[in-house]
Amino acid sequence: MAILDRTISDDELHNLLSQRKLPRWTTLATCATAIAGSALLSFISPVSGVAGTAVFAFLLFIVLQTGLSFAVEGKRYAIDRLATTLLLSALTAALVPLVSILLTVLIRGLNAFNSSFLTSTMRNVSPRRPGGGILHALIGTLEQVAIAAAIGVPLGIFAAVYLVEYGNRSRLARAISFFVDVMTGIPSIVAGLFVYTGFILTLGLQRSGLAAGISLSILMIPVVVRSTEEMLRLVPRDLREASYALGVPKYRTILRVVIPSASTGIITGAMLAVARVTGETAPLLLTTFLTQSINTNPFNGPQASLPTYVWDQIGSGTTASIDRAWAGALTLILLVMILNLSARLIARASRVK
Amino acid sequence: MAKRIDVSHLNVYYSEFLAVEDVSLAVAPKAVTAFIGPSGCGKSTVLRTLNRMHEVTPGARIEGKILLDHEDIYGADIDPVNVRSTIGMVFQKPNPFPTMSIYGNVVAGIKLKKRTKRSELDDVVEASLRGANLWEEVKDRLDRPGSVLSGGQQQRLCIARAIAIQPQVLLMDEPCSALDPISTLAIEELIHELKQSYTIVIVTHNMQQAARVSDSTAFFNIAGTGKPGKLIEMNTTANIFSSPTEKATEDYISGRFG
Repeated sequence: MAILDRTISDDELHNLLSQRKLPRWTTLATCATAIAGSALLSFISPVSGVAGTAVFAFLLFIVLQTGLSFAVEGKRYAIDRLATTLLLSALTAALVPLVSILLTVLIRGLNAFNSSFLTSTMRNVSPRRPGGGILHALIGTLEQVAIAAAIGVPLGIFAAVYLVEYGNRSRLARAISFFVDVMTGIPSIVAGLFVYTGFILTLGLQRSGLAAGISLSILMIPVVVRSTEEMLRLVPRDLREASYALGVPKYRTILRVVIPSASTGIITGAMLAVARVTGETAPLLLTTFLTQSINTNPFNGPQASLPTYVWDQIGSGTTASIDRAWAGALTLILLVMILNLSARLIARASRVK
Repeated sequence: MAKRIDVSHLNVYYSEFLAVEDVSLAVAPKAVTAFIGPSGCGKSTVLRTLNRMHEVTPGARIEGKILLDHEDIYGADIDPVNVRSTIGMVFQKPNPFPTMSIYGNVVAGIKLKKRTKRSELDDVVEASLRGANLWEEVKDRLDRPGSVLSGGQQQRLCIARAIAIQPQVLLMDEPCSALDPISTLAIEELIHELKQSYTIVIVTHNMQQAARVSDSTAFFNIAGTGKPGKLIEMNTTANIFSSPTEKATEDYISGRFG
C-alpha cells in the first residue's frame, strides 16, 4: 500500500488540480496573425494566389496555436487543440462538396423551376424552347419507387428477421448474410440487366414501370436487410426473454416486441434505401426507357422518371433543356427530402409517448 | 494525507430541472461517509458532482461550492480531468474494460494518461490489487481478461483500478448492489481497510451496510416526484441510527417508508 499512499500539501494539490489556460480571444488573435502573416508572405515568396495563401495561413495557424498552447497550457491541451482543429477541418472539407452541390442545384435549378414546371409535361415541347414540365416524370418516379418499396421493404425486413431470429448463425444464414453484403456493392446497371434479360427477354414482360420497380427493388433489398439486421441485433435479449416469460409465442414476440423496439431504425433504413434508388438512372433506361407524356399505368408501356428526365434533357444540349435538367435535379432532391422528412414524422408519431 | 470535502449550498440542475437543492455537508478525511435515502432523492447526483462526473451528462450544471481541503474544485483554473484523477470513483455495476486484461485494467488510469516504465507499473499493479484484496486470487492470471472474474472480484478489480491512480478521495456509487452477500462482505471489509488511506464516500440503498461501514451518514429525501432532493440530516452513523432528530429519517431507517 505504501506506494499508493500519497501525501500532498495544499500547494501541491493546487498544482495537481489547476490548469493554466489561454484566454478565449487568443484563438481569434492567432487566426488573425496567421492570415496576416500569410498575406505578408505572399508578397515576398513564390507562394501566391488565394488558394496558396489560404493553405499557408491554415498551416501557420496550426503551428502558432499548437506552439502557444504547448508553451502556456502544456502537452495535453496542445494536443487537444491540434486534434480539435484537425477534426474541424476534416469536417469542413467533407461538407464543402455537399454544400456546393446543394447550392449549385438550387441556384441553377431555380431558373426553370416554377408551378407550371411541376404541372405540365414535355408533350409537344421542342427541346430548344423553354417551358414544358416534369409532371409525367414525377408520376413515373413516384409509381416506380412505390412498386420498388412495396417489393423491397417487406422482403428485406423478412429476410433480416429470418437472419436474426431464426437463422441462429447457421451455414445458410451466414451465406445469405455474405451475399447480401456482396449485393450492396453491385452496380445498378447490373440490376437493370437482370430484369431486362430475366423478365423482359425471357418472360416476355414489356418495358414498363413495373419492370423498373423490380430492378429498383433488387437494389433496395440488400440495404434494407443490412440496416434491419443491425437494428434487430441491437434489441436487448432481456426484452425477448421478458416476453417469452409471459408465455408469448415467438412470432408474437417478434411482431409485438422486437420489431416495434427497432422500428425507428428500420424505418430510417428503409428510407435510406428509397432515397438511394430514387436517383438511379441506369436500370430505368433498360427497363422502362422514357416518354415525353403522362403514362399513369405502370403495368403498360414506357414511363418517364425524374433521373431519366434529367438525362434526356442534358442530352438535348440546348440552354432551355439544360435549365430543365437542373430544375429536374432540384425536384429529385426535394422529393427525396420530403420522403425522408415524412418517414421521420411517421417514426416519431408511432413512438409511445 | 487524505483530503476533506466541504460542500456548501449545492444546487444541481439537469437543464432547467432542479434535481438537488441547497445541500451543505462536510466529508471528513480518512473516514467513511454514507449517503442514504430513497430512490431519486439525489444522493448519486450529489456524489457525481464531487468529482465533476455529472458534467458528462448534457445539460447538467451546479450552483454552490465544493472544496477539496481549501481548493474549489469548480474554480476557474481547475481542470475536470485533473479533478477526476484526484477523486476516484467506483460504479454500481462492475465495469472492467472488456478489451483489456486484468493487468491492463489496473494500469488503465495510469497508462491512458501518460507513459510509465513497465517495472513501475508492475509495482503499482501489485500494490493496487493487494490494496483491493484481490492479489492472491489473480496473481497467476494477470493477462486474462477481466471478464473471467466473478462479479465481486470484478468490483474489487474496479476498486484496484480506482486506487491505482493514487486518488485522495474514493467515491462509491452503490458498489455492492449488484453483488451477492459474500462478495458484499469482502467489499465492506475492503472499505474498512481503505479508509486508513483514503477519504471514502459511499452511496447505498442498504441501511445495514451504511450502519456497518460508515462513520457518518447523510440522509437525503425527496418531497415528491418532480420536487428537488434535499439533505435532511447528517450526523455520526451511531447518532443517525440511534437517535435521529428528524421524523423522516426515523421513518426511513426504521423501514416505515422508502
